Amino acid sequence: MIATFLSLISPAALAQNATNSSSVATLSAGFKFAGKSGEELYASVCQGCHMPDGKGATGAGAYPSIAGNETLKARGYMLDVVVNGKRAMPPLGDMMNDDQVAAVVNYVRTHFSNNYRDAVTPADVKAARRP
Amino acid sequence: MTEAIGFRAAKQVGSGTALSRRDLLALIGTLAGSAAMYHAMSSLGFASDSTYKGPIKLGGDVGGASVLILGAGLAGMTAALELRKAGYRVQVLECNRRPGGRNWTLRGGDTFTELGGFTQTCEFEQGLYFNPGPWRIPYHHRAVLDYCKRLNVALEPFIQLNHNALLHASSAFGGRPQRIRDIKADFQGQVSELLAKATEQGRLDEAVSSEDREILLEALRSWGALDKNYAYKANLISAGFRGYAKGPGGGLGAAPIAGETIDLSDILKSRLWRYLQNFAVLELQTTMFQPVGGMDMIGKAFAREVGDLIRYDAKVVRIQQDDGGVTVTYVDGKAPAIAQLTKADWCICTIPLSILSQIQIDVGAHMKAAIDAVPYASAVKVGLQFKRRFWEEDEVIYGGISYTDLPIRQIAYPNTGYNRSGRGVLLGAYIIEGSNSYEFTSMPPAERVARAVALGSRIHPQYEDEFENGIAVAWHRVPFTLGCAGYWTEKARAEHYDSLCQTDGRIVLAGEHASYLPAWQEGAVLSSLDAISRLHARVVKM
Repeated sequence: MIATFLSLISPAALAQNATNSSSVATLSAGFKFAGKSGEELYASVCQGCHMPDGKGATGAGAYPSIAGNETLKARGYMLDVVVNGKRAMPPLGDMMNDDQVAAVVNYVRTHFSNNYRDAVTPADVKAARRP
Repeated sequence: MTEAIGFRAAKQVGSGTALSRRDLLALIGTLAGSAAMYHAMSSLGFASDSTYKGPIKLGGDVGGASVLILGAGLAGMTAALELRKAGYRVQVLECNRRPGGRNWTLRGGDTFTELGGFTQTCEFEQGLYFNPGPWRIPYHHRAVLDYCKRLNVALEPFIQLNHNALLHASSAFGGRPQRIRDIKADFQGQVSELLAKATEQGRLDEAVSSEDREILLEALRSWGALDKNYAYKANLISAGFRGYAKGPGGGLGAAPIAGETIDLSDILKSRLWRYLQNFAVLELQTTMFQPVGGMDMIGKAFAREVGDLIRYDAKVVRIQQDDGGVTVTYVDGKAPAIAQLTKADWCICTIPLSILSQIQIDVGAHMKAAIDAVPYASAVKVGLQFKRRFWEEDEVIYGGISYTDLPIRQIAYPNTGYNRSGRGVLLGAYIIEGSNSYEFTSMPPAERVARAVALGSRIHPQYEDEFENGIAVAWHRVPFTLGCAGYWTEKARAEHYDSLCQTDGRIVLAGEHASYLPAWQEGAVLSSLDAISRLHARVVKM
């Protein structure tokens, strides 16, 4: 059934989707995200704001680029932002378990022209959560 | 009397324990019933109905003062309307090329480009529309309704409860949607039967007085469609509430036949009873309204009054203040490299916090911390056009909302143009927060539409033949809000809300984020009225 309706998407839009990042494969079933890998989580959560190419976007305000973003160098900083939110960015850690947060932080810090190899662990995530 | 009960009970709570307002209300509610609690709430100063007291009166001499208003949504335009009337010189800066902000309607021919560059052109037939933001107005949102009256915005009912709409659980009843009337009547009936049984058996005698016992049985029988033995059965009594297997007709063979009821255990396990709250909570109680022709009729009506004061396509980049006044730096969309300045004595800033937190603004540390403390919520709406109003023609659903645990969460039917042949637009998805809202936001718009169609077809198989086109708005990708609305937690409110709303020198904030009615237009309007009242009090004292 989905195939019938996906044929209504223009080829250009589908192609764009394919080149930038994987699309949302399966929709999660509950409040929290079901995705396991950093790539899946990026494609289903982060790219809504930070965009498929990681370069963010600008309107009346801006979503920062996470591509080649030097603030990602401090792994604790990005971890804190994802878990606890920052300004308008929601505390997405409320919707992910420790493994998921670690996966998506490590994915972003090793992709999108970032190459920070000091990975965060689920234990780091747990420590970053506020009571 | 309610206070007496409360204080007596307070003594039992434990000496030396300070009774909070909430504790007092709970005690009153428990001991004296919820009606007493309601009255207590009113007298204790909780908002029962809206706090709106009628058209604002800003009297006195403003001495030629000028006000710069940032944002031409409902908060900004309310301020512009009333301040100009009071004699201020008013200027409004708006980043969009239209008034209204989130008060917005999409029609055929409209184009919309979201963050990321995806552009959609709405292909709805003329006369059809979809409200991607606010879509319904509660009867107790008195400020909004008063402005609708004063600005001649025609209203019509918004059908929140249509008993013949559907409740759907993917893994219950074989995935078959159930009629609201069936679930509601069978749930209410069987729960009433249980209560009646317990009452009859004396098991509630400690909680229910002997005088009330008989009345309770009578009430349960009435409310629960019970028979004379206080049982809920498949008979013409329950059929009078839930519907018939064969309805009453005319002529020969017209006698009605009752259908089977749904077992309570199946209803409980399906969790469809959760949706009954959507027909009970104050915010969604009937009578609800929508403007005739689209929610943006309100924004347009305001703009007819104050449009001459609005500079469009102006993006604010800096907000300064000193003893002399306010200076706002902005850029024109057509010449974004050129910084432009405008000055005024005072400033009402209605910019959403998602954006304001990125703008350099000369306010104290507490207000700045408050501006930085509020994340913005995720929400997605999808409008779908169909060749015919199959929901009416095939399923006898006129207006209202069907609820589902599928990611689309809701399908809402148009509350206008009933019973006509031809095309119609459904709200094919309304997802607020939760994983699916972010997931739909992360898709290109065409995929959101395709998914909404694929999922909705599990409730309405007619989608496959009748779907024509759709448009999808994901609020985190809306360039002028960067989110649906401010998402306050209790903790954040306790720490930051008052700081956010204080007047800071020459600047005061307004908007739904500066209210206790998040994401409601009433919050925006009430916050604006409060902000300008305080500002005005300061001005005329000078």
